This record gives sequence, structure tokens and C-alpha cells, in this order.
Amino acid sequence: MVRSGETVKLARIEAGRGLKSRLASMGLVTDSEITVVNNSHPGPFVISVKDSKVMLGRGMAQKIMVM
Amino acid sequence: MDTAKKITVALAGNPNSGKTTIFNMLTGTHQHVGNYPGVTVEKKEGCCKYKNYEITVADLPGTYSLTAYSVEELVARNFIIEEQPDVVVDIVDSSNIERNLYLATQLIELNVPLVLAFNMSDVARQRGLLFDIEQLSRLLEAPIVPTVGNKGKGKTELLDTIIETARPDAGQRTHRVSYGQEIEEELAAIEAVIAEQERKLADKYGRRWLAVKLLEQDGDIAAKVHSQQVLDTVETSSEHLRSIFGDEPEIVIAGRRYGFISGACQETIRSTVELRHSASDMIDALVTHRALGLPIFLILMYLVFFLTFKIGEYPMGWLEQFFGWLAGAVANLWPAGSDSSLKSLLVDGVIGGVGGVLVFLPNILLLFFAIALLEDSGYMARAAFIMDRIMHKIGLHGKSFIPMLIGFGCSVPAIMGTRILENRRNRFTTIMVIPLMSCGARFTIYMLIVPAFFPAKWRGPVLWLVYLIGIVLAIICIKVLRLTIFRGETTPFVMELPPYHRPTLKSVCIHMWQRGWMYLRKAGTIILGISIILWAAMSYPKPSQGSLSGLNPEQVRRMRLEHSVIGRLGRGIEPALRPLGFDWKIGTALIGATAAKEVFVSQLAIVYAVGSREAEPVASSDEAATGGQTLRQKLRANYTPLTGFCIMLFCLIATPCAATIAMTRQETNSWRWALFQFFGLTALAYLVTLIVYQLGSVIAG
Repeated sequence: MVRSGETVKLARIEAGRGLKSRLASMGLVTDSEITVVNNSHPGPFVISVKDSKVMLGRGMAQKIMVM
Repeated sequence: MDTAKKITVALAGNPNSGKTTIFNMLTGTHQHVGNYPGVTVEKKEGCCKYKNYEITVADLPGTYSLTAYSVEELVARNFIIEEQPDVVVDIVDSSNIERNLYLATQLIELNVPLVLAFNMSDVARQRGLLFDIEQLSRLLEAPIVPTVGNKGKGKTELLDTIIETARPDAGQRTHRVSYGQEIEEELAAIEAVIAEQERKLADKYGRRWLAVKLLEQDGDIAAKVHSQQVLDTVETSSEHLRSIFGDEPEIVIAGRRYGFISGACQETIRSTVELRHSASDMIDALVTHRALGLPIFLILMYLVFFLTFKIGEYPMGWLEQFFGWLAGAVANLWPAGSDSSLKSLLVDGVIGGVGGVLVFLPNILLLFFAIALLEDSGYMARAAFIMDRIMHKIGLHGKSFIPMLIGFGCSVPAIMGTRILENRRNRFTTIMVIPLMSCGARFTIYMLIVPAFFPAKWRGPVLWLVYLIGIVLAIICIKVLRLTIFRGETTPFVMELPPYHRPTLKSVCIHMWQRGWMYLRKAGTIILGISIILWAAMSYPKPSQGSLSGLNPEQVRRMRLEHSVIGRLGRGIEPALRPLGFDWKIGTALIGATAAKEVFVSQLAIVYAVGSREAEPVASSDEAATGGQTLRQKLRANYTPLTGFCIMLFCLIATPCAATIAMTRQETNSWRWALFQFFGLTALAYLVTLIVYQLGSVIAG
């Protein structure tokens, strides 16, 4: 789990093909830098990737593996 | 004579890249909105004249990519491939260049004549971004025009570039995204088989693009390929690549595209200032705050509600007066006391029916104004963020909350408001339950029933209970729908939180008008038709003249209604309504209420042969106290409070009105869903009312 304010690198996404592809088109690909802007349990995540803010459902955020 | 040359332009771009502002800038008010055939994706087209050219501009749906995973992307892609616009303009948010150029790489791959509009270049400059436009343009092999859509900057440059690019001598590109040796080898192999086996497809789409799409496992393209050999080659290649990279080929391909982009950007973009906290972040810290977020959201929603229904009341009153005057004026064309069917058709059917729906136009325009403001400013995405926590528990996303709230005013704009939901399953689920949000028209029914049966101190709680039952039923229905026909993985909730923008009055007004116009057109067609049918069912067949002699006007009206199709239907369904505690009079009024909920009151007044004017539960209390008495007294004399409550319950749940059905039909693009909603809710109403009445009867002994 990554806390608010931390910046991490994306390693891998464990999800179906459609979702992976959609996330990729929004800039979430291997090695992209992600900053967690808002991780206030139990609401959705807000992350910042490639200069844009993206909101992710909690369930989905858990499928994103970082290093 | 020199005739104008025609150019067609397609605008592509990410959501929130300012695509619509560029569209508005180019076409002004010369636009029309429709749907793409077969899907509920909005299609906007407009035109403009420039120099000696007539330029048709199509605004494609906002997409991040051109895969086949979403309807919007497929629609955008098919438009570009099938319609072959002379120029594709990709609107790029220049303050967020890398992500936005991802779409550009796919347009480059499609080898279309491309112009890049670097929009919001003022914001980019504020953030300290400097572009080497010339160099970047060379790398991407497409002209780049800096624009500021909401200030109208860059319009002539963009139009000049469009004309320049539309010339037919656009050659093959020399640069292309390189996917690295391993992938390129596989692409070459696939291309070779395509060239051999699928010449037709190769001519249409280009070999390389086909090969890339097939390797990306694009279902839409794969379905077009007939040659098994091609598909087998693709399968072998994918397998091979998967074993090398340990991931799906399309993900590796996406990564390489970003690699190409960041390579191009590193050479050409310089960031002069390191801005960590922009104004957007500061606003976000407040409106998405753990504790403050929800109250701020509720206040804003209250304001939207207030704007729509309080301020809308005044123009609504004027429109009501206007239609009243119009009905009077039309009626006066006939001699007083005339029994002309044409007069009745025009006054009661057309003006009464369509007018009854058109009076909501001010509310609808105001509502869309408010929604456009929230959308254009960027707040809507935050609202979804805040409500998501709660809505997620019942299987919907935060965004669904907004149309449901609007439903308490009127279901019609609420259903139109579901357009803000991108996901079809979420959208349809929301549409289906919106009628359970008790609307303003049903309030008039409660205003008749509640004072008739309940002592003053119980009135508030009873009314509250009715609304609450609606909400609880909606939650149950959502749960059930999500588990049955709209089942499926809880759709992944990914949404961009765009930076805040100051919305411009012009674009907000254009949005408002476009949606309002669709509503007007609906009133002119489907609603008009349904009004006429209901009018006829209420007026025919007529009783014989002889049977009416010696009756006062109220009794004549009652005789007529009893004699009509609806009156007979009311009697016909009486056995079915008995278990609910309803008689044929209530049945007749309920059938009439399908035209519009408030018709229930006037219908009941007619069957009880009281002057309908006296029976209308007018909002002002003194009038209600004197005039409303007669019908309320009769109701009290004939029914128990339990029946009264059951009437409200049934009206709350059952048979959404004709306008709602028409709107559901339009927004879901099928009668099937509209009928499903109609019968589903009616069945639910029957069941719930039956249980309540039977249990209530037992308890009451």
C-alpha cells in the first residue's frame, strides 16, 4: 500500500485485457511514475501520472503493482 | 462562378482537452447534435465558411486511445476510417502533453492527414513549459498550431493549416513509432501474410496498422480478417512476444508508444519553472477534503436544485399562463358551449398534453445550465469522487448520484442527465430507477391525499415516509438489476480529474441549448403522439346525446369519462385492483395518470363529478383549504386512510409518465428498455401495494 504523497514506479497491472489497455491509454504503463495524491480509506484513490490526475476505484488500485 | 470547395474535418482528442471549445470556436452556433447510428454516443457536427472553403467539422467523442474496448473509441475510429475526413485535427492539452500525444501516435499510425492543435497553450506557458514547435512538428510529421480555445486564439492559423493539410498530396510518413526489434520482426511477419492473404483489407487500412491492431488483439479488426493463416500468424507472434516480455503484446506496444513520445518530448519541451502546487491542487485539497468534501458537495447540489426548481418556477408560471391563454384563444374560435371534437383535440389533447410537458422547459434549461457549469469547470469529476464511497456500496459509481437527485424534480431531465455516465450498464441501471425518485408532479397527488386522510401532525411524517420508500426501493432495484440483467464485473472506476477551468458563458449556453433543443424536439414528436392517443382514449366513444339530457356539466363530464375507453378500462381492471383496495374510479384515474402524474387529481375529480378547478390542490394554502375540500371529503367518505396511503404508494412506484417513457426510449435507443421500465415498475408497484394493503388490512382487523 502506498501512502499519500509518495511517488512510485509502476511495475505491473494484474487485470483483464480491456482494463489494462484502458489504463495504458491513460498513461499507466510499466515504468511510469505515479504519485499518490489522495489515499483516504475507504474512498477511491487519486493518483497523479504524466501530469494528470486520475481517480481509481480502490479495488482497481489494488491490482496495480508498484516497485 | 467559383463554387466553394468542401473540406471535412474530424476533431479528435482526449476528454477534457478542450475539444468542445475548439469545436465551438470553429463552428460558432452552426451545429447540430444527434446520435451515431445504433449507439447512444452523441454526434456533433457543424460547419464554417473560411476563405473560399466550406468546412464541415465533426466532433468525435473524447477518447484516450483508439482501441476497440469502448464504444466511443470505436465510433471515433470508424468515423476516421470509414468517412475518411480530409483532415483530422487532434486537440492536445498542451499542459499535459505526453498523455495527450498517445492518441496522436495512433492517428499517425492510421496515416491520416493530421493537424495537431496544442490547446490551452496559455496554461502551458503559465506552468513554464516551452515548446520547440518546429522540431516537435518534424518529429511527429504533423503541423502544430498553438491555440487557446476559450479565448478564440489561433482560429485563423488553425483554419489555414487545415486547408494546407487537406491538399491531396499528403505523402507517406517517414518516421513512425518503432516498437523495438522483437515486435518489429513479428509485425513484419504479419504484414507479409496480410499482403498475401488480405489484399482488400490492406488497401483500406494499411498493412502496418492492421498488423499492429491484430497484435494488440483488437477484436473489431480480427473479426474483419477472413484468412485463418493471418490469424494463426498473429497467434504465434503473440505467444512468442508473451514469452519474451511476460506481458500482453498490447501492453508492451503501449509502453513503446509512450517511449516514442517521451523521446520526442525530451528533445523539444523545456520546463522552466518547477510548479508543485497549482491552483487546481489547492481547490482539490478543499473540495475533496475528507470532512469538508461532502458538505461542499451537498451545498452545491442544493444550489443546483434551487436554481432548477425555484428560479424555474417563474418562467414556468409564465409558460403555464401562456398555454392557458392559448387554450382559451383556440377554444374561442368555436362558439361557446360548442361540442366540436376538433376543438377538444386541440385544446385538451394537443395544447394540454404538449403544453403540460413544455412548461418544464425552463427547469430543464436551467438544469442543463447548472450541469454544464459543473462539467466545464471540472467539478463534476470531484463530485463523483466524493459520492463514490456511498454509491459504491450499492453497485454504482459516484456520478450516478447527480441524475438521481435531479429525479426528485422531474424524471425527464434526470434521464437526460444520465448522459454524464459513460458506462452503459451504470447508465441504464440509473435510468431504470430514476422514476422511483418521487418527482414534482407526484407531489400534487400527495397534496390531495395526505390532508384528506391524515391528521395534521401525521402529515409531515407520512410524506417523508413516501419519499423514503422510493429511495429504499431504488436502492433495492439497483442491487437487483446489478445482480441480474446488468451484471458484470463492477466496472472499473477510472476517471480523470481534469484541472479546473473557468467555464465560458458561450460554451455553457451552447451546451444548455443543445440539450434543451433535443427535449423540445421530443415534445414535438413522441409526446405529442402519446398525448393525442390518451386524449382519444379519454374522449371516445361518446355517450349518446339522450343519456346526457338533464344532467349538470359535472355529471356530463363524468358520464363521458365513464363511457370512454379509459373509463371502461378502469372498470375492466377493477378486479385486479381490488386486492390493492382500489375501485374502478381510482383505476380510471391511474390510467389517466400515465399521461402525466398530476392528471390523477383531475381525473379523480371528474369521476367524483366535482368541478375540477375546485379539486386541484393548489399550492397556496387558503385556496386548498376552501376549494379542495369537496373532493377530499368525498375521498374520506369512500376510502380508508390505508387505501389513501396505498394510492400514494402506487403512484410513487408505478407507471412512469408518458414523457418519462419517451425519454427512456430515446436515451436507451430502444423501446425494449422503455417497456421494461414501464412494466417492471408497474409490477413492482402492484406487488408492494398488495403487500402493504393486505398486511395493513389484517393489522387494522
